[in-house]
Amino acid sequence: MNARDKNSTESPVVISSRADAGAPSVQAETIEAPTYPSTGSGRTALRAAGQSRFHESARAQVAGTATYIDDIPEVRGTLHAAPVCSPVAHGILRKLDASAALALPGVRAVIDAGDIPGDTTLAAFAHDEPVFALDTVMFTGQVIALVVADDVMTARRAARLVKLDIEPLPAVLNVHEAHALESYVLPPVQVSRGDAGAALKRAPHQLEGRFEVGGQEHFYLEGQVAYVLPLEQNQWWVYTSTQHPGEVQHWVSHALGIANNAVTVECRRMGGGFGGKETQAGHLAVWAAIAANQLKCPVKLRLDRDDDFMITGKRHPFAYHYRVGFDDSGLLCGLELEMLVNCGFSADLSGPVADRAIFHADNAYFLEDVAVASYRCKTNTQSHTAFRGFGGPQGVIVIERILSDIARTLGLDPLDVRLRNLYGIEERNVTHYQMKVEDNILEPLMTQLAYTSGYRERREQVTAWNASSPVIQKGLALTPVKFGISFTATLFNQAGALVHVYTDGSVQVNHGGTEMGQGLNTKVAQIVADELGVPFERVLATASDTSKVPNASATAASSGTDLNGRAAQFAARHVRDNLAAFVAGLDGCGAGAVRFEGGQVITEKSTRRWEDVVGAAYANRIQLWSDGFYRTPKIHYDKATLTGRPFYYFAYGAAVSEVAIDTLTGEYRVLKVDILHDVGHSINPAIDIGQIEGGFIQGMGWLTTEQLVWNGKGYLQTHAPSTYKIPATGDVPEHFKVELWPEANREDNVHGSKAVGEPPFMLAISVYEALRDAVAQAGGDPLLVNAPATAEEVLRAVSG
Amino acid sequence: MNSKISAQTLRFVRRGQAVALGNVAPDRTLLEVLREDLQLTATKEGCGEGDCGACTVVLAQAVNGKLQYQSINSCIRLAHSVDGMAVFTAEDLSAPTLKAGASPDLHPCQEAMVQCHGSQCGFCTPGFVMSLFGMYQNSGGGQGITREQAQVDLSGNLCRCTGYRPILDAAEKMGSLPLPVGCGVDEAATVAALKALKPKQNGDENYLRPTTLVALLQARSAHPKAQVVAGCTDVGLWVTKLHKRFERVLDVTAAHELERVETYPHHIAIGAAVNLTDAFAALVKERPQLKTFSQRFAGLPVRNSGTLGGNVANGSPIGDAMPLLIALGASVVLMRWKKTAAGGEIAHRELRLEDLYTGYRTNVMRADELLCWIKVPRPETKAFMRVYKISKRFDDDISAVCLAIQMTLKDGTVQQVSIGAGGVAATPARAHQTEATMLGQPWNADTVMAATAALRAEFQPISDMRASAAYRQTVLGNLLRRFWLESQGMTTINLESLTASSLEATA
Repeated sequence: MNARDKNSTESPVVISSRADAGAPSVQAETIEAPTYPSTGSGRTALRAAGQSRFHESARAQVAGTATYIDDIPEVRGTLHAAPVCSPVAHGILRKLDASAALALPGVRAVIDAGDIPGDTTLAAFAHDEPVFALDTVMFTGQVIALVVADDVMTARRAARLVKLDIEPLPAVLNVHEAHALESYVLPPVQVSRGDAGAALKRAPHQLEGRFEVGGQEHFYLEGQVAYVLPLEQNQWWVYTSTQHPGEVQHWVSHALGIANNAVTVECRRMGGGFGGKETQAGHLAVWAAIAANQLKCPVKLRLDRDDDFMITGKRHPFAYHYRVGFDDSGLLCGLELEMLVNCGFSADLSGPVADRAIFHADNAYFLEDVAVASYRCKTNTQSHTAFRGFGGPQGVIVIERILSDIARTLGLDPLDVRLRNLYGIEERNVTHYQMKVEDNILEPLMTQLAYTSGYRERREQVTAWNASSPVIQKGLALTPVKFGISFTATLFNQAGALVHVYTDGSVQVNHGGTEMGQGLNTKVAQIVADELGVPFERVLATASDTSKVPNASATAASSGTDLNGRAAQFAARHVRDNLAAFVAGLDGCGAGAVRFEGGQVITEKSTRRWEDVVGAAYANRIQLWSDGFYRTPKIHYDKATLTGRPFYYFAYGAAVSEVAIDTLTGEYRVLKVDILHDVGHSINPAIDIGQIEGGFIQGMGWLTTEQLVWNGKGYLQTHAPSTYKIPATGDVPEHFKVELWPEANREDNVHGSKAVGEPPFMLAISVYEALRDAVAQAGGDPLLVNAPATAEEVLRAVSG
Repeated sequence: MNSKISAQTLRFVRRGQAVALGNVAPDRTLLEVLREDLQLTATKEGCGEGDCGACTVVLAQAVNGKLQYQSINSCIRLAHSVDGMAVFTAEDLSAPTLKAGASPDLHPCQEAMVQCHGSQCGFCTPGFVMSLFGMYQNSGGGQGITREQAQVDLSGNLCRCTGYRPILDAAEKMGSLPLPVGCGVDEAATVAALKALKPKQNGDENYLRPTTLVALLQARSAHPKAQVVAGCTDVGLWVTKLHKRFERVLDVTAAHELERVETYPHHIAIGAAVNLTDAFAALVKERPQLKTFSQRFAGLPVRNSGTLGGNVANGSPIGDAMPLLIALGASVVLMRWKKTAAGGEIAHRELRLEDLYTGYRTNVMRADELLCWIKVPRPETKAFMRVYKISKRFDDDISAVCLAIQMTLKDGTVQQVSIGAGGVAATPARAHQTEATMLGQPWNADTVMAATAALRAEFQPISDMRASAAYRQTVLGNLLRRFWLESQGMTTINLESLTASSLEATA
């Protein structure tokens, strides 16, 4: 095995067997690979990257043969679990009476905190969350115990028969209450630059505002599920639908009180993740593992959709209070911003989520004098968690809203106010967290989009329409996004991969990332295929597995391809270098002169089939597999002051949305959307466009119809798709156009690409701003529009 | 193997072959049987309540020797209700692999999804594929499917990854792709296999599915405690979500007399076994202005399973059919089996729909009565009729407010008016007081203002997760204003009737 620390990003270390391959002593024994005449310079081999390859599992998915956790054939003796949840938001758990549940035929056991062999606290980073509720319950839906039965429905029925004696305590159900009580999961954080207060005083104009933005349920189509199998000698196999197998491994071993090496976690694919399976999948695996440990048999836990809504965390709801100063041209001079973050009952990932909201409160704009205060409020609700954008959207929406309101106040076009405030190229180019913005392309990007979408003409058409339309009013908005790419916690920006070449020339790649539909495995296979010069179809990506690539970071922060693609590229490069050295020895040329393309290995002297070279190399005892390791360069960040360069680069984009509202009911339609987005040099344009469109529609859902409603007792009333409405086919705008910015990533990133998972989500803020524009044009008060801007919210604002 | 012999055998046709399963409890769902008993895991559970479509399968029945196809939600469909039908899942569409290592040929609805990049995480994909398959079979091989139709027919399938554009592309594209050998349905073989499944006269003892009206009413009389289902798109949730168990189920949907829509000079009669798709088609045929409303009633798989009779008998205060039917002056025919000296006969009574309900999900029906027919008056040429639905999401959502109004003017005066409202009371309701303020009045702005105030005062809606009471009350009145504006010939005041292109044209 190669020493990982020898590898670096700049010059990947070539594995030792290469030198042997080229050595004369080996060459003497060489079994000659057959050679073919060169096909000449007229032929250009088709490369895999840059092409819109179909998703590697697409054919299996449409045929129903792609396997998800619940589809895995069950091992004999498998039992099924269902959670027993708290019916109250806060209280003292006095007694749990399971007798009625246990009396139901088919019920095997009721498992609770007393059955945990290891730590009763989850191994989450803040160490503040019990595995099962111990003596207090902290939110409605908190899991207190697990019923295990012969089949799923029996377990679910029995779970309702468990009697809980809970003495209610006062519950904190909103951030304002929590903030007043100084009820926080983590200490408040302040980030500032300059003197916001003084700048505000000097400013010719000021605005003050408050608004709220709701949370969002992930609604991955495949609900949370874990299937835990005991192996021999207290070892465990965990099938789980997770974005972070390594963390599941860590959590399960921690709860079972055993070492990490005794637990293997495997995930071939998820039926959607979106951040909801970053930490939240760990809970299910731990619960199932405790039951499996107690009962000594395989246990599967698949949550019913309603339970999934009740138990798992969501996107953090935010409440804002701001004061902003600006001049006659709309230039920002001074911003004081307070963010109240609803974290729920525990920290989970709330710290970094709230941090990212601070980092993105500038979005694309230079904030000279700024003070941001972020309060991580503890409430008696689900523990809110990662969700595509990870706090970024909750930061971006504030400044976009403010700029629209400034434009309205001054009677300017909001696009002009936005352009006026963009980061500069040579000056005004340092963020409030002291990172220099070196790759800013927004001015030309937004200008081009405004031109191609006909923004200026449409602005006039909208005004004209509204003047003559009695009921329907239109609105228009162009908003940009600048999104920082990298985990803000620098240590997570590392990845590993394994590339195996088999003697028939077929290739397997395995990496620490997970496939949740985003096409990571497809892109990685494309990268590996090109590195080895073999057809895309020769490369197979296999299930994420903690026993193959250990200590992998979560597949999150849009970084899946940047990290794992590079690691896989390096792994493949090591194998290729071995083969190049071997062929160089055969042909008496330098290894650098050996080309791998189109399934052939080409030197000036010969052209060999890839398979023949592989076969010959094997016979000559050349290593045909390798690891690869990558760590993102340049990044550093001071956690105490939130300053430094947390991001390797920024991804950019912009969208124009046009909407029509019905002033009698508040209902609306998104009519037209034009997007211009920066993915660098796309590795797979179809997949990237799929991410952009999907992210946009998901963001639109967050800001329009996806309303989470907790009642006055902290009970989530919207706990199923009957009441929680994600966008459906009819919500897709009739005109929905996406174009890719042509420029490569200015930083050295795999194939010149940029991350794409999260940034487009924030383009949907253009829909929210277009709705507020329509409200204003209808004579209503756009300041009244909170998100999600449901029909009711819009009508309320129209009525002013 | 369970040695216990059960009468409850479930038989259906899959891939042209008969499948027989013993010991299927009457309250098990088709999805459970597919995934757990047959290990057919292509079909997924996304929500267990018919709202996401991941569990969509296609059923086919032979009608006059030809197969009729319907996509349905298998998660809330009781398994025994497909007895005697053909069942298609995503596993069944691609051709058998012919040579080792070769990937099987895909059905055009699958191939189009691949080529359009219509699957990302893939979990919703088999459900979309089956909805597309249903569209394909019902459109002569995917011919002439427009974007608008695709949006409507796929509104019951949720996807969280793609944003739908590539899936809509696939719906439009599939008709242009070749149908590979082995991918098409062998209609003749399937029809023959269906014929070979001899129909059970009355179903099994615990899942009663009588094939005649008399047998149905007799079964109801004999088993007044049996759970009645007529499509099961609501009762299915009582099983999956409330964990209710039914020892005995009485399914009305096989009674052949009730499978018809009958047209009479003054009314149409919709049988209780007619699904919502066909019932709405009959209503839209008479009143084209109901088209959009009919498409917004749940999603297609629910409309294909659920019945209008079930919706009405269930009497949910937020059911959308009732406000409409109340405004149209519909009545219901209740029937029961009456014992007589000669043995027995069918007794029936007819009620106005709004008189059926007595409170929240309670009604005047006797324990031995079944709702068998819904009679809807045929349109009068002078009547002005509109129905409005307000919901968070345009498609496949439950109304916060539903308002239906039918009005006839004579010499500018309101001669007749009927108003049905949903979402504003414990039952679907008729707005009698509002009607009273309008009747005999000149149809002008003053009358509208008075009626608006009356309508807002007539109901005391509640606040819930769908909308606040204040919003419901405001919107009720505003919808009456919309009715007035539309009656004055205004056209560009409805989002539903406007598209981006038409908005541009009028701008």
